[in-house]
Amino acid sequence: MKHTHWSPYLVGALLGVLSWITFSTMHKALGVSTTPVRIVAGVERAIAPDAAANNAYVTKYAGTADEPKPIIEWQFALVAMLAPGALIGAKFFGNEHRDPEYVPDLWTKRFGPSRPVRYAGALVGGAILIYGARMAGGCTSGHALSGGMQLALSGWIFMAAFFAAGVPTALFLYGNSNTDHPQGAH
Amino acid sequence: MNTLTLASAWIDSPSKLILGALTGLVFGFLLQRGSVTRFNTIVDQLRLKDFTVLKVMLTAIVIGGIGIYAMRAMGMDVPLHIKGTKVLGVALGGGIFGVGMAILGYCPGTVIAALGDGSRHAWFGVLGMFVGAIAYTQTYPIIKDPILSKGDLGKITIASELGVTPLLVFVPLTIGAFIFFVILEKRARSSAT
Repeated sequence: MKHTHWSPYLVGALLGVLSWITFSTMHKALGVSTTPVRIVAGVERAIAPDAAANNAYVTKYAGTADEPKPIIEWQFALVAMLAPGALIGAKFFGNEHRDPEYVPDLWTKRFGPSRPVRYAGALVGGAILIYGARMAGGCTSGHALSGGMQLALSGWIFMAAFFAAGVPTALFLYGNSNTDHPQGAH
Repeated sequence: MNTLTLASAWIDSPSKLILGALTGLVFGFLLQRGSVTRFNTIVDQLRLKDFTVLKVMLTAIVIGGIGIYAMRAMGMDVPLHIKGTKVLGVALGGGIFGVGMAILGYCPGTVIAALGDGSRHAWFGVLGMFVGAIAYTQTYPIIKDPILSKGDLGKITIASELGVTPLLVFVPLTIGAFIFFVILEKRARSSAT
């Protein structure tokens, strides 16, 4: 299968340039994982204002009913446009767009082709992912990319920790066998 | 509460939303072009079989960081956004994040971008992220004192700790990344033949 994705070095360099633009013209750093908790905080502020006012984490992002902070803000708009951006890349800039993926190959090899099993795994994985991201104060975007490029010690500790835990977990879950989709050709 | 204040309780200024939306569109596009919207790419990075993720990340860090600190050195108004180093929270949270990333096969940005790249199971990952967000906001008061307030070193950088100008740190960082990339490409070529 022909390699149609762009070079990871080109993509990385362009993500660096995108950060120049957001830092200098928008005074913002790329980030994603605050948005889910900001939405949850906004909903809690609306449906249970007293409980929300007593939770410092909720008021940090949503404010209070009397002094609210906007929920639909810069990062929310960024997160909302990630999938459309990827869709443009898949449809118009490469011929690697294939059938919808319901259960990935590597998952099927270990856990079988059942869709409900994979969906349950994705749900549990997503929950663990955001819990860890918020405990750390950021994710791959906010901590690793934005933090890493600012040389923030927190970003580099985060990267070391997520690889230190993610590598053994992935080897345990999916094994160490080589797959038939070598580097670049997916 | 009238309509205008109700809207401002939820929605920021249109200019910020437009800039955020444009940023997200380009960000999602680049993630897809780099193939990191694929489960197999992320999991094979964690299995140390395919180093696409690290190539993208390290290149972005080097190029992005040199540009940001160079603009600041030229006197441009480019504020930093350094996150505090709360050692226990960052290390433990990072570890939990790594476990979640191995199970889901995506990180928060790539799982959302993957929705646009044909990944159907990613929808359940996004749903899971909201479950995690609810769990975190509700357990925050419990974990705040025993975990989050431990080992707070403040908003420090590698440069501030070494007492050097940030751009100087990028000299060994860039050379190190370059050597790492050369080794990876050599290894990929020899295993391909």
